[in-house]
Amino acid sequence: MSAIDAIPAGTRAAASASNAPALVIEGLSHAFGDREVLHEVRFEIRAGERAILLGLNGAGKTTLFSLVTRLYDHRSGSIRIFGTEVKRDPSAALARIGVVFQQPTLDLDLTVSQNLFYHASLHGIARHIAAERIAHEIERVGLQDRRRDKVRELSGGQRRRVEIARALLHRPKLLLLDEPTVGLDIASRQFLLDHVRRLCREEGLAALWATHLIDEVDADGNVIVLHRGRVLAAGPVAEVMKTASADSMKGAFDALTRERPR
Amino acid sequence: MSPAHYWRCLAGIVRREGLRFLNQRGRFIAALVRPLVWLLIFATGFHFVLGVSIIPPYTTYVPYETYIAPGLIGMIQLFQGMQSSLSMVYDREMGSMRTLLVSPLPRWFLLVAKLLAGVIVSVLQAYVFLAIAYFWEIEPPVLGYLAVLPALILSGMMLGALGLLLSSAIRQLENFAGVMNFVIFPMFFASSALYPLWRVKEASLTLYYICQANPFTHAVELIRFALYLEFNAEATAVVIAATLVFMGLAIYGYDPARGLIARRAAA
Repeated sequence: MSAIDAIPAGTRAAASASNAPALVIEGLSHAFGDREVLHEVRFEIRAGERAILLGLNGAGKTTLFSLVTRLYDHRSGSIRIFGTEVKRDPSAALARIGVVFQQPTLDLDLTVSQNLFYHASLHGIARHIAAERIAHEIERVGLQDRRRDKVRELSGGQRRRVEIARALLHRPKLLLLDEPTVGLDIASRQFLLDHVRRLCREEGLAALWATHLIDEVDADGNVIVLHRGRVLAAGPVAEVMKTASADSMKGAFDALTRERPR
Repeated sequence: MSPAHYWRCLAGIVRREGLRFLNQRGRFIAALVRPLVWLLIFATGFHFVLGVSIIPPYTTYVPYETYIAPGLIGMIQLFQGMQSSLSMVYDREMGSMRTLLVSPLPRWFLLVAKLLAGVIVSVLQAYVFLAIAYFWEIEPPVLGYLAVLPALILSGMMLGALGLLLSSAIRQLENFAGVMNFVIFPMFFASSALYPLWRVKEASLTLYYICQANPFTHAVELIRFALYLEFNAEATAVVIAATLVFMGLAIYGYDPARGLIARRAAA
């Protein structure tokens, strides 16, 4: 028996999975009937990276999220989460993703902690473990004294924070956020941005943050520009600006999207 | 994913359905008032109009109120099944259906768990109705209350599965009135809930065949026979078969690769 054989298969798989990028999308196309909404989309996100998926309404951001979370299957191309093809092993892929959807998804008539316990149960987390994690996550978003309140009584910003706490309960390694700041006031928006930045920096989480707001792009971060179902640019913001020969992200976005009228 | 994961997930989905139900008292009261209105007003009014002869499972002449009680239990379950389907469609727009579907457990299991949670609520409603009906002299044998439990579970599953199927197939249930007109009323009236089928047969042979083909008729007969401690094999077989068909189609409808959910998403 060689040394490598002595390592349990699970450990080896875990080791290779941890080396794989958090999310790799290659040649992804999708159509509803004749209408193509995503065309040959390709990009990747590494652990600890917060990438902004920048696109106007109708660019295909929500469809992309639906495919990554396997609400329905993509027609061609591949989506790999830590090396796992979503279509082949959706269970393993979904266990590693935390999602904050564009629409509010909390049960308004249930309390904050009832909502969180429900989500923990969907991931098969035992109640006593869930209780610990809920206490931890809810404290991090500063809502510990609202735990027993019905969600209906919370403000929009507070509801969003509960949704972030919820998305982290099963300890995902990849966080997907679909326009999470829509309709929020400036303070709530800033809190959310900072919280996710901190998660990426301190805990090595990868995050894909979809938005149409250019000022949510970090100057030293990464950006993926999605326009009419195509990725026009992907990479560090500075490079994207250079490629587009613009001196601001807004300028770069305008230049990129202007060049491709269709 | 171990069996413990499945169990915790199921328990969580059932608990949520229960909490939602308790928190929406209006819904609970409406679910009870509806059949009680039929029992207390409609059945009393028709008491002398419709005579019911001795037909199985009854061994004596029964008052009309007694005859329609199982049909009204079916109505409770029909409404509950449709309401949970409506809440699925509503949920999906609100996004909480999305939350359910990102669970790493298999989708068929999530749908079955959702179905079972709805069935538990509908069985509870049926028993509360039976308890109130007891005071209006709907007095089946004591053991009938126990014997009806499996029947209620089966009929609840069938109607819940139909609701799930509709939620996956119908693009948009604009409001509950649409479901009432196109699903609840036809199913309820073209069945043995309000009148014995031999009477329907005298009036119209076509309608008789429609009633016979209506799975709701068999759900009602299953409940009726069980309540009077008799086993109706035909009704049981039809209800089980219909449940499997409805549930199979609902799971197909929600399948990420083939289902209707992928085609509808464009809208």
